[in-house]
Amino acid sequence: MEHIPILRMGEFLLITVQVDMHDRLALQLQDDLTTKIVQCGSRGVLIDISSLEVVDSFIGRMLGNIASMSRILDAQTVVVGMRPAVAITLVELGMSLPGIRTALTVERGMQILRTEVAAIQEDAEAQASEENPGGSPQV
Amino acid sequence: MEVLKSECLRIRTSEDVVNVRTSVRKLAAELRFGIVDQTKIVTAASEIARNTLDYGRGGDLRMDAIHNGLKTGLRLTFLDQGPGIRDVDQALTDGFSSGNGMGLGLGGTRRLMDEFNIASKLNEGTTVTITKWSR
Repeated sequence: MEHIPILRMGEFLLITVQVDMHDRLALQLQDDLTTKIVQCGSRGVLIDISSLEVVDSFIGRMLGNIASMSRILDAQTVVVGMRPAVAITLVELGMSLPGIRTALTVERGMQILRTEVAAIQEDAEAQASEENPGGSPQV
Repeated sequence: MEVLKSECLRIRTSEDVVNVRTSVRKLAAELRFGIVDQTKIVTAASEIARNTLDYGRGGDLRMDAIHNGLKTGLRLTFLDQGPGIRDVDQALTDGFSSGNGMGLGLGGTRRLMDEFNIASKLNEGTTVTITKWSR
């Protein structure tokens, strides 16, 4: 069975899609990724699509699904490296990928993930101290 | 209308859809379409090929390099002997989907190409013809 490799880097997962995915391979990636997020307790997913020459509605939908599934599993998703021609085509096709964070490069994508995960943690800590006023801070 | 070159492909599996993308890309590059137009044509071909597979129970694609005296074009004809489309106008509307898609396939594809034709007969099949002309 073919799989797209998912690399773990600290609390993040990295996926570089390097082949033109047929539909089953794309669905397999959804399964593999959600399993891996839970297994590794990952907080963020970065998907590099710079090798993809075409993103049609099926692959676009798959990217949207991955972002939604990850969010439910408490992980943020960033899609990086989209080619200009792919962006033009997606918008004309009527798919502007709502709900998907994008960045031009892997570096900027990682930055977004770090910032978002830090913000979520801060929120959680602020909420915890509100629920426990005057109490000793939880470490 | 002069046909410069023709090629046929089978669409029976999701791997065939990938093969359609590769072959259409190759021919579009050969006809010197720019990278944006190549991407639009390949995306359009991918959408229709998937429809042929999922709704038409598989079929065939004929790729024609054509010339109309002024311009070169790439014409793609998708044929299936599937159940057909009951209401073609409805199928072309964004947001309409009879399957599990997002309903962007046909309407979106029409925007990516210069010409779009669809002929369908219930219980006989569907033929979709899409053309892009070089600028």
